[in-house]
Amino acid sequence: MSGNNKNVHREPLTDAQLLMVISIGIFAAMYLGAMVTLGGGFLKAQQIFDLLNDNAALIIISCALTVVMIGGGINISVGGVIGLTVMSCALFLNNCTIESDFVTILLTFLLALGIGLAFGLLQGFLVSYLEIQPFIVTLAGMFLARGLTTILSVNPVKVTHAGFLALSKTKLKISWLGYVAQNGNLIPAKIEIGAIVAVAVVLIMWMVLRYLKLGRNIYALGGNRQSALMLGINVKKTCFSSYVISGVLSGLAGFVFLMHKPAGNASVAMRSEMDAIAASIIGGTLLTGGVGNVIGSFFGAMILATIQKIIALSPLNASWWQEMANGAMLGFFIMLQSVVLSARAKSRGKLEANQQGHPKKE
Amino acid sequence: MESEIVLTMRGICKYFPGVRALEGVDFTLRKGTIHALMGENGAGKSTLIKVLTGVYPMDEGEIRLEGNTVSIHSPQDAQNCGISTVYQEITLCPNLTVAENMFIGRTEGRRVDWKTMDRRAGELLDSLGIPARPRQQLGSCSLAVQQMVAIARAVDTDCKVLILDEPTSSLDDKEVEMLFRLMRDLKARGVGIVFVTHFLEQVYAVSDQITVLRNGKLVGEYDVRELPQVQLVEKMIGKDLEDLSNIKKHTAPTGQNVQPLYEAEGLSSTESRPFDFHIAKGEVNGFTGLLGSGRSESVRAIFGADRVTGGKVKINGKDVHIASPHDAMKQGIGYLPEDRKRDGIIADLSVRENINLALQVMQGFFHPLSKAQMRQFADEYIAALQIKTASQDTPIKALSGGNQQKVILARWLLTHPQYLILDEPTRGIDVGTKTEIQKLVLKLSEEGMSVTFISSEIEEMLRTCSRLIVMRDRKIVGELTGDELTQANVMKTIAGGEG
Repeated sequence: MSGNNKNVHREPLTDAQLLMVISIGIFAAMYLGAMVTLGGGFLKAQQIFDLLNDNAALIIISCALTVVMIGGGINISVGGVIGLTVMSCALFLNNCTIESDFVTILLTFLLALGIGLAFGLLQGFLVSYLEIQPFIVTLAGMFLARGLTTILSVNPVKVTHAGFLALSKTKLKISWLGYVAQNGNLIPAKIEIGAIVAVAVVLIMWMVLRYLKLGRNIYALGGNRQSALMLGINVKKTCFSSYVISGVLSGLAGFVFLMHKPAGNASVAMRSEMDAIAASIIGGTLLTGGVGNVIGSFFGAMILATIQKIIALSPLNASWWQEMANGAMLGFFIMLQSVVLSARAKSRGKLEANQQGHPKKE
Repeated sequence: MESEIVLTMRGICKYFPGVRALEGVDFTLRKGTIHALMGENGAGKSTLIKVLTGVYPMDEGEIRLEGNTVSIHSPQDAQNCGISTVYQEITLCPNLTVAENMFIGRTEGRRVDWKTMDRRAGELLDSLGIPARPRQQLGSCSLAVQQMVAIARAVDTDCKVLILDEPTSSLDDKEVEMLFRLMRDLKARGVGIVFVTHFLEQVYAVSDQITVLRNGKLVGEYDVRELPQVQLVEKMIGKDLEDLSNIKKHTAPTGQNVQPLYEAEGLSSTESRPFDFHIAKGEVNGFTGLLGSGRSESVRAIFGADRVTGGKVKINGKDVHIASPHDAMKQGIGYLPEDRKRDGIIADLSVRENINLALQVMQGFFHPLSKAQMRQFADEYIAALQIKTASQDTPIKALSGGNQQKVILARWLLTHPQYLILDEPTRGIDVGTKTEIQKLVLKLSEEGMSVTFISSEIEEMLRTCSRLIVMRDRKIVGELTGDELTQANVMKTIAGGEG
C-alpha cells in the first residue's frame, strides 16, 4: 500500500450503495413488522426460504433487468421468454425418448439457456448494432415469445417426466433451522434447488458487475454513453453483452420456474417483467442507467415477495390489494430516491461552494 | 526546427451534409513541443481533432505517426497509437469512481484489479497534485477536478501525442497555471501536445508553434515568436480586425431622474442569498466574480429560473411577481443561459424553430405563428446577426458554438425584451463573434434596452458595462462605476480587502 492516508480515507457511500442500503433497511423493517404483527409463519426460518423458493425466477429476472438497466437499456421480454422456455421445456420433457434422465434433464436445461441466449443475441444485435430503441425491440420480443408459446400449445402442459419431477421435488433440508411441529416431529427447513440457483445468480452477477471489466463497462455505458465511447470502451459490444446476459438469465429463470411448478401454459409468468422492473427500481437501480446493484434488486424482489405474503396472510387477501401495495411501494421508493439523491446533490453543491469560497492556503 | 516530427497530417478533408468542414488541411507536430491550433468557431479545429482521434472518419488525407501511416477508426485506435485527448466537455463517467475513470477502457485482461488500480490512481493524483481521492465518486468532484482527472488519465497512457481541446475553459487561474506546469513537464518528457484554446494569452504563455485554420482551410503554421498577437488575430479572422478597443464604451444614463426599469429588494432563490439589485432603462451592467461566486445564480433568480424564495421585485415602479421563466418573459425579460448546450439550444430542432421558440411561448400555444411568419423571422435574424448556417432548416446542433449562441440571441431579440440578461454569451466563442456580440449589446442599450452582462473576461466586462456588481462567496461585495472601472480595481474587489 502506498501509505498515503488519502487511500485509507473511508469514502461516503455512492448513490447506488446508499439506495441499496435503503432497500435492505426497508426489507428488514417490513419483515420484522410482519414478525411482530402477524407472527405465525413469519417467526419460522422456513418463511424466508419459502419467499426464496416461490420467487426464485423473479429474483433471476430482476438481475437480468438490473444488468440492462444499469447499461441504460430495458428488457421487457423476460416474462415472455420465461413463458416460452417453460412451455418448450415441458413439451420436450414429455416427448423426449432418451433413456437417461440425466441426459434428458441436461438437454432440457441447455434448451432453456438456448432459448434465452437466442433472444438475447437477437435483441442485443437489434439494440446495439442497429441502434433501435430497446423498449420497442424487447416489446416485440415479448410478443414474439408469447406468440410462440401459444403456437407450441394452446392447452396447459403438465410435465410427466419422472426424473424431472423428482428433481423438482428435491429440496435441501437444514434441520437446525427447522421447527418442531405439534405432533413432536422435527420439520427441517427446506430449500429448493431453484432458490439456491437464484442466490448463486445474484452473487455471480454481483461479482461480474463489480470485478469484471465487462461489468464496469456496463456501468460506464449507462453513466454516459458518449463518455464511455471516448474512454475507449467498445460501447456496442458492451451493450450487446448486457442483452445477451439478460437473455440467458431469462432462459435460466424459465428452467427454475419449471422446476418450481412443473407445468406450462400460455400465461406463465405473465407480467413478471413488470415485477422485475419494480424490484430493480426498489433495489436502487435508476431507469436512467449507470446506477444500480443486483444485491439491491434481490432485496427489491424480496420486498415484493414479502408484501405478497403479508397480504395473503392478512384479512385483505385479494390480488388487487397486493397490486396496490406494490404500486404504493414503488411510488414511495421513487420519491424516496429522488429526495435522497437531490438532498445529496444539494449538500455536495454547498460543500463545493464553501471550498471555492475559502480557498486553502498553500 | 530540428526536433523529430511525431505526427503529420496531410491533405485532410472532411465533409458533412452541406458543409465542407475540412479542405486539405496539413498539420505537423514535433516531439517535445506545444503546438497551438487556432481558428474561429467553425474554422474546423474540433473537426480536425475528431478526425485525429477517430471520432469522425476522414474523407481524404493521410495521417502519419512517427513516419508510419496509421488508420484510426475509433477513439480506441487512437489511444492504442498513443494519441490521448482531453475534450472541452468532460468525457468521463460521473457514476464511476475517480480511479475507474482514469483506467477504464485501457487495462489488460477481463478482470478489474481494484487494489492496484486505486493505488496507481492515488500515486498519479498525488504526483500531479490533483485534489481527488481514487475511490471518490467522480460526480462528487467539482468540474475543475473532473477536468484534471481527465488530464491525468490522458497523461498516464504511454502517449506520444496529447490533445488538449479547450482544457482551460472551466479552470480558474490557479488551476490553469497548474495545468501549464503539467504541460511543460510533459513537453520536457518528449510528448507532443496539441493545444486548442480561445484564450490568446494562454497560447503565448505555453506554445511553441501555432497553426491557424480558417473556414476549414489551413492558413499557415508559424513560430510563436514570429507571430505577434495582433497578426494572429488577423490571420484567424481573415480580415483586418476592427480594434477591440475602438468599441465605444457605453456611457451610463446619468442624473437622479433616471427611472429604474427593474428593482429587486432582498431577492433570493433556492440557490442564491438575498440581494438587492436594480437596472435603469438603457443601462448595461454586469455581475462579476469568480466561478461559483453566485453571479449566475443571481441572474437566474431574477429570471425565475431557480425557485424564488423571497424578496420584492418592481418593474417600471410596479410590484410584480416573478416565480418562473414564463412570468419573467411576460414582463419582457430575456435570459441567455450560461450552459448553452443544456439550457439553451434544442439540439435536434432546426435553426428556424430554435429562433421562434421564445416568441411562440409568449404568444401562447393557441395562437401559433404561421409558417410564413416563422420563415420570415428566421431569415431576418440569420441575416441581421450573420448566422452561418446552411439553411434555416439545418438542425442547430450542426452549427458551430458561436453560431448556436447567435441563434439563442436571435430567439430573445425576437421577443423584443425590455431587459436582456446575457450569462457568458461569449464563452467558447471566437474573437470575431465576441466583438460582434459586444457591439450588439451596446447597440441594443442605445435603443433603450437594459442589459445585464456576465463574463469571466474582465476586460470584456469593462468594455461593455457602465456599472459592475462584484460578488464573492455568494454575496455582493462591491459596486463599481465610472472611473472606478479599471481592471486593477475589479480584481481588488473580487479578491477582497486583504489581497
